[in-house]
Amino acid sequence: MSVGLEHYLVVSVLLFCLGLLGVIVRRNLLVIYMSLELMLNAANLALVAFSRFTNNLDGQVFVFFTITVAAAEVAVGLALIVALYRKRQTAHVEDLTTLKL
Amino acid sequence: MQDALFYIFAFLTLVFGFLVIANPFSRNPVTSAMFLVLTIVSLAGLFVLLHAFFLAAVQVLVYAGAVMVLFLFVIMLLDLKAEERRKIKTLGILGGLVSVGAILVIFLSSLLRAPLGASNSPALEGGTVRLGKLLFTEYLLPFEIVSVLLLVAMVGVVLLSKKDLK
Repeated sequence: MSVGLEHYLVVSVLLFCLGLLGVIVRRNLLVIYMSLELMLNAANLALVAFSRFTNNLDGQVFVFFTITVAAAEVAVGLALIVALYRKRQTAHVEDLTTLKL
Repeated sequence: MQDALFYIFAFLTLVFGFLVIANPFSRNPVTSAMFLVLTIVSLAGLFVLLHAFFLAAVQVLVYAGAVMVLFLFVIMLLDLKAEERRKIKTLGILGGLVSVGAILVIFLSSLLRAPLGASNSPALEGGTVRLGKLLFTEYLLPFEIVSVLLLVAMVGVVLLSKKDLK
């Protein structure tokens, strides 16, 4: 059976679930952030696969924008993490309990 | 040949992705970052198989280049050695596995039922020329807005990393 759209979508779904698992299970802010990147990349893969198999280039343009926004998002997020670390001396989510009752 | 390459790259992507979130040998964020680089490079391989050559190049340049350098720089800046001693709670892992498994089941069952009306012989080429033409005609306004967004992000980062954050 030749590789079709379904194969790429299954890979994308599995990668997305791996990223989600990382966000839930890991307790280090930076690793959580990397898992978020994994989820974004899974969505990108699905978009590119759809674009290829429906003969429509719009998906690839969308992925281009996603990559740009993700780069900006990483810069801002990492700056936030650094600012947080300066104030609280931690990058561990269990130490950040200001909102806890 | 292409099918074999797909299976190789898909396998590598998933294995490296797993090693990003749960490396049995090391809990160091630096190893996670390195495996994230490998994941992104194998994803770029999948993009090449999908004939999205420009996006594959951008993926390697922006993600494996710029973003990962930023990650490694912050890891180096924070010096996160103390994180390794903590233990992961079993309840957290169990809850995570259950919820992610439920989402996986939902995804896969909807994928099985979806009428994927895709042609089996795709002819789309994601070359730079076609993508560029589309980007500078139909998507010109979003393109310019993205440049403004990058400027805003840059100003925000400079403000956030000032010494006395008010």
